[in-house]
Amino acid sequence: MSENQLRDAISEAITDNEIILFMKGTPEQPACGFSARTVGVMQALDVSFASVDILPDPRIRQELSALSQWPTIPQLFVRGELVGGCDIVMEMYESGELAGLVGAEAAAPAAPEAPDAPVGQDGLLQPENRLA
Amino acid sequence: MPSAEDIKQRIEAALPDASAQVEGADGVHFQAVVTSPAFAGKTRVAQHRMVMDVFAGELGGSIHAMALTTKTPS
Repeated sequence: MSENQLRDAISEAITDNEIILFMKGTPEQPACGFSARTVGVMQALDVSFASVDILPDPRIRQELSALSQWPTIPQLFVRGELVGGCDIVMEMYESGELAGLVGAEAAAPAAPEAPDAPVGQDGLLQPENRLA
Repeated sequence: MPSAEDIKQRIEAALPDASAQVEGADGVHFQAVVTSPAFAGKTRVAQHRMVMDVFAGELGGSIHAMALTTKTPS
């Protein structure tokens, strides 16, 4: 895939998914604390979101940042617009703005542990919830 | 290497009526809380970009990182 095709594919993913998170690793297995915290917030809000792991090909990050004009990962997009990275997402979560933006039920900002997160058969929470 | 005070002065000189609190003693990592009426009505991303633009070309280079919080005066 050429750089241009890659950029088009990223652009399409942003347009086609109401909520999409570009991150290091996956929601199940985040590879960076900032990505993990951002996933934790989305899970606490109990909204579904698409995610893209930028690690497999360094060009993904390069093209994403060229497109968004934002240097760092993670990057959360809602309805085609860059909401921000980890700091902005955390701040907007705590103020309640993020819940409004993503149309989540007003989740208690003081409980990022996602009280209704699925509990696995072994009784352990998902790693990203523990990190949140 | 810039001091926290240098960073503060550059932000305040570049943004209308801004006040900045900047911390960071190592000359390459800074934390800044910036308040400016110019942020009103803008998204967080746009607000952060206004501050980051002051250091265009230096962030990621001579300035490794700046943790940023932006506010409008209450």
